[in-house]
Amino acid sequence: MGDANTVSTENPCIDVDKIRADFPVLSKEIGGKPLIYLDNGATTQKPWQVINRVSQFDSEEYGTVRRGSYRLCENSTRLYEEARQKVADFLGAPTCHEIVFTSGTTQAINLVAHSFGRKFVNTGDEVIISNIEHHANTVPWQVLCEEKGATLKVIPVADNGELIMEEYDKLLTDKTRIVAVNHVSNALGTINPIKEITRKAHAAGAKVLIDGAQSTPHMKVDVKNIDCDFYTFSGHKMYAPSGIGGMFGKMEVMEAMPPYVTGGDMIMQVTLEKTTYAKPPARFEAGTPPISQVIGLGAAIDYINGIGMDKIFEYEKSLLDYGTRLLSDIDGLRIIGNAKEKAALLSIYLESAHPHDIITMLDQDGIALRGGHHCAQPTMIRFGVPATARASMAFYNKYEELDALAESLKKIIKFFS
Amino acid sequence: MSYDNELYQQVILDHNRKPRNFHEMENATHSCHGINPLCGDDITVYLKVDEDEGVVEDVSFTGSGCAISKASTSLMTHHLKGKKIDECRVVFNEFHKMVLGEFDPEKQDHHLGKLTLFQGIREYPSRTKCASLAWHTLVGALDKKTEGISTE
Ligand SMILES: Cc1ncc(COP(=O)(O)O)c(C=O)c1O
Repeated sequence: MGDANTVSTENPCIDVDKIRADFPVLSKEIGGKPLIYLDNGATTQKPWQVINRVSQFDSEEYGTVRRGSYRLCENSTRLYEEARQKVADFLGAPTCHEIVFTSGTTQAINLVAHSFGRKFVNTGDEVIISNIEHHANTVPWQVLCEEKGATLKVIPVADNGELIMEEYDKLLTDKTRIVAVNHVSNALGTINPIKEITRKAHAAGAKVLIDGAQSTPHMKVDVKNIDCDFYTFSGHKMYAPSGIGGMFGKMEVMEAMPPYVTGGDMIMQVTLEKTTYAKPPARFEAGTPPISQVIGLGAAIDYINGIGMDKIFEYEKSLLDYGTRLLSDIDGLRIIGNAKEKAALLSIYLESAHPHDIITMLDQDGIALRGGHHCAQPTMIRFGVPATARASMAFYNKYEELDALAESLKKIIKFFS
Repeated sequence: MSYDNELYQQVILDHNRKPRNFHEMENATHSCHGINPLCGDDITVYLKVDEDEGVVEDVSFTGSGCAISKASTSLMTHHLKGKKIDECRVVFNEFHKMVLGEFDPEKQDHHLGKLTLFQGIREYPSRTKCASLAWHTLVGALDKKTEGISTE
């Protein structure tokens, strides 16, 4: 194992080999080379504790939820609602009624933009996002503002990848209806000061949505402490199945919101003339939900809790420091985004090679990274690069894997120069 | 670690670094602009065609992009210079099918020469467009497509 100067790789606070044994795919090979999976920002791998729980539920306990009074259904409804409580505890939500299941972050943000936005954002109003948002937290607000004749304002970002908070102060006005920013940027890794952002927005009378897609898998979240009005997440980025995610929403805010998708399960009463809507969260969960996926999400939260979020954060921070040192020593390589508070993600730009060539060449060494604009084109434009290669880490990654990444990158640079 | 039998071979890297026929053509009879939004590849292909003989007398290109697209365009210009238009279309067909994995030059007769280097791209369907952009743009030029070519 190399040691990148001062970063200690001795006695990591978690047993990585034991954890790796829980993830079947991590022992696979790609073209005869061991898989080195560093695309956790896109999606994470699943431990057998999740895979087996879903499979056991599907083979022995599967039934619909909320729609029958026979025991199979009663039981699956109970398990489904238990998972909701797990999410509530995981996010620090005061009650489980403030957790809405959706297919993921994209749908949760669209829910808020369509429901809250349609009702509370009007002509002349303002919405604030930042320059380092995922398209999922950009496009819904653009569309809303266009429809409503509202103005979309953007918090600028400094060269190191941190939001310029003095500029944010100036953007807030009594016309601001909602501020929507991510907790962690998927393109740069910046951890944003969301508590301060929320406090200032509230002082201006605006609501706050935090896109937690990249934070929930990697750090402790406490929505009560943050005091945000909405906090969204995606299960597939936190070791759970794809197709499930959701959001925390403050009850008093959600109660004032109209439904977004309508149909079964979200009603109080339907006659052919008029429908009255159920209270949240049911109001926002029309149709049969992804039941098995919710059970898998609960199992993933149990798994994360079993390791401990504090330890996960500490270990991933050591991976980040280690990787940052290694890559900083390579000539012709730039790391885009150097915020002081940063998640374990390295956005890499090589002067000599196109990001897609880097990705394909790394793949030939069994190393999986994402190359592209990471659904954050405005961020790429701001930093003057067409795309980057992104190494995004998880607690099952090893220092040795970062050594291999650095060696491969050096070879690529040599090849192209 | 060696890239030798792989997609990124010396020839491809060499053509990426020193692309052949890499210039605008003043007296071009045909030209076409092609883009591949995935990689941001952006090229223009120029042709000088002798219409009477049906021969491509000269081919050149300008633009920027990933190594695969640049090398593919460079090798294409080199390969097609002096060929009959009909022959160019045959090579286009073989090349296009090869990168999609529908034509195996190791098992069938072909007119691809060194272009078989790009066979490895079939493993990466998301990147076949990088290799085939040049060829679609060439056909666009031959067909006098004024609106240009986009792989999306
Ligand atoms: C910061 C951020 N927001 C939103 C999303 C969208 O999440 P999903 O595709 O799971 O809806 C992602 C993931 O791609 C992300 O990284």
